[in-house]
Amino acid sequence: MLKRQYYMTVGLVLLVVLVVLNLPDPRAARLKLAVGGLFLPLFGIAGAAHNLVEQADRTVAPRSTLLRQIDDLRKENQLLREQLMQAQEAWRENTQLRQALNWQRRVPWPLKLARVIGQDPANWWRAVIIDVGSHDGIRTNMTVLTAEGLVGRIAEVALYRSHVVMVGDPNCRFSAQVQDPRDKSVVAKGIISPSASTLDRLLVDLIYMPGGSLLKPGQLVTTSGDGGIFQKGIAVGQIVDVRTNDYGLNLEARVKLAVNLNRLEQVWVMTQ
Amino acid sequence: MNWLNTIAILLIAFLAVFLESYFRALRNVLGAQIDLLPALVVYAGLSAGISTVALLATLGGFWFDSLSTNPLGISVLPLFVIGFVLHHCRDLILREQFYAQYMLGLTASALAPLLTLLSLIGAGAEPLLSWWSLWQWVVMALGGAAFTPACFYLFERFNRAFIYPPQAQTSFRPDREIKRGRQPHVDY
Repeated sequence: MLKRQYYMTVGLVLLVVLVVLNLPDPRAARLKLAVGGLFLPLFGIAGAAHNLVEQADRTVAPRSTLLRQIDDLRKENQLLREQLMQAQEAWRENTQLRQALNWQRRVPWPLKLARVIGQDPANWWRAVIIDVGSHDGIRTNMTVLTAEGLVGRIAEVALYRSHVVMVGDPNCRFSAQVQDPRDKSVVAKGIISPSASTLDRLLVDLIYMPGGSLLKPGQLVTTSGDGGIFQKGIAVGQIVDVRTNDYGLNLEARVKLAVNLNRLEQVWVMTQ
Repeated sequence: MNWLNTIAILLIAFLAVFLESYFRALRNVLGAQIDLLPALVVYAGLSAGISTVALLATLGGFWFDSLSTNPLGISVLPLFVIGFVLHHCRDLILREQFYAQYMLGLTASALAPLLTLLSLIGAGAEPLLSWWSLWQWVVMALGGAAFTPACFYLFERFNRAFIYPPQAQTSFRPDREIKRGRQPHVDY
């Protein structure tokens, strides 16, 4: 026989859950951000401790290591200067051609550096938390990327932190295009979606590509710019293999992501 | 109700949720993050009152969902159901046995994600499910199972250090004492 206190507790928990689950989306999001805000001091302390350890590590680094790093950085600097000279020339040429064809001038991506401070504790989502929020000008649906390629998009924004849904999460489906590695021409377009048939977490599926497209392993997959969230031309990954679907009506390809999403430390947010 | 014990359980739950989000080393090695809340719910269900179980399930679920893509509140009911059933059957469970703690932790850690996933699918969400999820489920169940006896041990030490045990009532009654030996004889 259940006691009265049992009935009251069960009723109370059910009531709270039902009320919270049935809140309108904006209110639920605000409540979620408020509850998540309780963890801010802990993330702050953990971040400060992490920085302290990094600084301590730097102070005890041996002189030989530092000299080697300086040497490497000098070489890299020279290489980058040469590339910059070439790029400046290409940029000037590009601007002239755009003016000649009366095309709109392409602006460089404004980027903001962010540190990954946490990951979604649930295993059934692919999301991370970064240390920039609305205070830093971050808004939902902004693109998150690294030097290697696309990471995902901003899903929720708090004052000092944001939630990023990464490529391969069911909430981050988008249009992508396959490029030929030689002449960079577009071979086919499809939708990037999570892969259900693989044990490798860095593989995603590129689905709904027209049958008969000339797809080959190793071809580059980039964002197509359709859908209005991601800019065109951000690297997503490379095709691993291709299979036909729906009696050859369309093709599906498995794509190896360009970014190792399991080892993210710092990312760039495209603040546009 | 022992409020110090309840506060300690809630504090550990808060830290557990934070650590699950902050530390990614285990996820990088095993490919899955271990959820410590079911183990705490097992402890609370067997050792604390129903109010503590309800508080832990509600606050723990909210904290977990606030750092996750889950809709806020979706993890509360699975945790509460597990805690409620354990609390209801606590007299039938040998909670001081290591094996019982391990098996209860295993069952709770396996059930909690399943119930949460069912709730998510029922709510119209589309969680990431693949063959890899089976491995993640096994890791979560075994990790939670390993944490449960540790949780019992830690709270036992905590209670011993900070909480006075209730004084047991003795069956000895001084007014019923039979006094033997020579008694002074009184003539009336």
